[in-house]
Amino acid sequence: MTKVMYASITKKIVMSLMGLFLITFLVVHLSLNLLILFDKSLLKFNQAAHFMATNPVIQLFQWVLFLGFVIHIILGVVLQIQNWMARPIRYERKGSSELSYFSKFMIHTGAIVLIFLVIHFANFFIKAKTGHIDEITYDQGTYENMGQLVVTLFKDGWYVAFYVVALLLLGFHLEHGFQSAFQSLGLNHTKYTPVIKAFGTVFTIVLTLGFIAIPLVIYFS
Amino acid sequence: MDLTLKIWRQASANDKGRFVSYKVNNVSADSSFLEMLDVLNEDLVIKGEDPVAFDHDCREGICGACSLYINGRPHGPDRGITTCQMHMRHFKDGETITIEPWRAKPFPVIKDLMVDRSAFDKIIQAGGFISVRTGGVPDANAIPIPKRDADLAMDAAACIGCGACVAACKNASAMLFVAAKVSQFALLPQGRVEAKERVQKMVAKMDELGFGNCTNTYACEAECPKEISVANIARMNREFLVAKVAAPKDK
Repeated sequence: MTKVMYASITKKIVMSLMGLFLITFLVVHLSLNLLILFDKSLLKFNQAAHFMATNPVIQLFQWVLFLGFVIHIILGVVLQIQNWMARPIRYERKGSSELSYFSKFMIHTGAIVLIFLVIHFANFFIKAKTGHIDEITYDQGTYENMGQLVVTLFKDGWYVAFYVVALLLLGFHLEHGFQSAFQSLGLNHTKYTPVIKAFGTVFTIVLTLGFIAIPLVIYFS
Repeated sequence: MDLTLKIWRQASANDKGRFVSYKVNNVSADSSFLEMLDVLNEDLVIKGEDPVAFDHDCREGICGACSLYINGRPHGPDRGITTCQMHMRHFKDGETITIEPWRAKPFPVIKDLMVDRSAFDKIIQAGGFISVRTGGVPDANAIPIPKRDADLAMDAAACIGCGACVAACKNASAMLFVAAKVSQFALLPQGRVEAKERVQKMVAKMDELGFGNCTNTYACEAECPKEISVANIARMNREFLVAKVAAPKDK
């Protein structure tokens, strides 16, 4: 029997590539979500949702995305278990030498985001795929009214609170993850690394605020 | 100054171990941390008790023998120094100081505060050397090396192998140590010859010994007594990636 062993660095490189890939997905997701705020009739959002649900390239890519999630999550858990095993006896006095603060909580923020992902999936994706969505007719045609589904959910205070908390934790995850991915890929440079770190922080804040703004605007309007 | 020391005592590798508190009085603020422990040990010997075992050798900050995880930090509360170079003025009168051994699966406790760091030697044996025949000592400047590369190689070679990076890392990862050793060779022409094999062998040994994975927390750089940069870890990641993708496979 040959035991398949991947080196720690191989795992980290794959982890970082998947992480960066998932970040591009978040950018696409946020751009589509923002449509809901700029069109009261929800036409643009529903058209975009329809496009994402029917375009064959997107349909194919959806599976690549699934794979990206699965690899990132499985590797994250495997790496974490190995890391816990590497120190069987803990320190009495906890250390606090980390220079990247949120690096300490990647498994915790990741786990909550995963729970969010499952609930999010049940709320939108599965409903859309199994056809439990009302239709709405515009002059431009008839679409599944995904926008109304979103608005209804975002009128529920508890859901909005959960959504905001989960997205904040995603922000913490990205704050470390973004710059960490470049380091894992070996991209460390005296001139560009500070730029990557600064860009990562600004990008994370903009992305997180963008996601959080949507439920808050809908809830309070 | 009067201090309370909460020290990890463990009679042998197989003993379970526990914390024991000791009082040390009239400690000079100018004494080093190890001198303070010497005073404690003299007291213990006079009382007929077993002195606290801890590693030390040169006491000049260059050998890498001293260790100690002091109040949650390897080599204590100061940057860029080893425990032997740390003085008691960094502590307050009446303070309780917690002293623990390095904690990592590949660094088992031998006795009290001493750990077995031979895992590092095994990593070096896996590839941290040059096996090409270099002949006699070449003339100075016979092999031109850019100043920048020479400096970076020297910075990496400053690693004294103390293990503070492993002790500080929340994952007990040895990446900074291995990266420093890989880098000091990878940056120089003599080391390039075996660079691709070296990085793969040293990383494989590091994984095999049970060190954790790097999660880029950068605690290692913060605690390294020689202030070795995590840029070396990125260099090792690069070297490793290139070696995996581009190195010819053995037949």
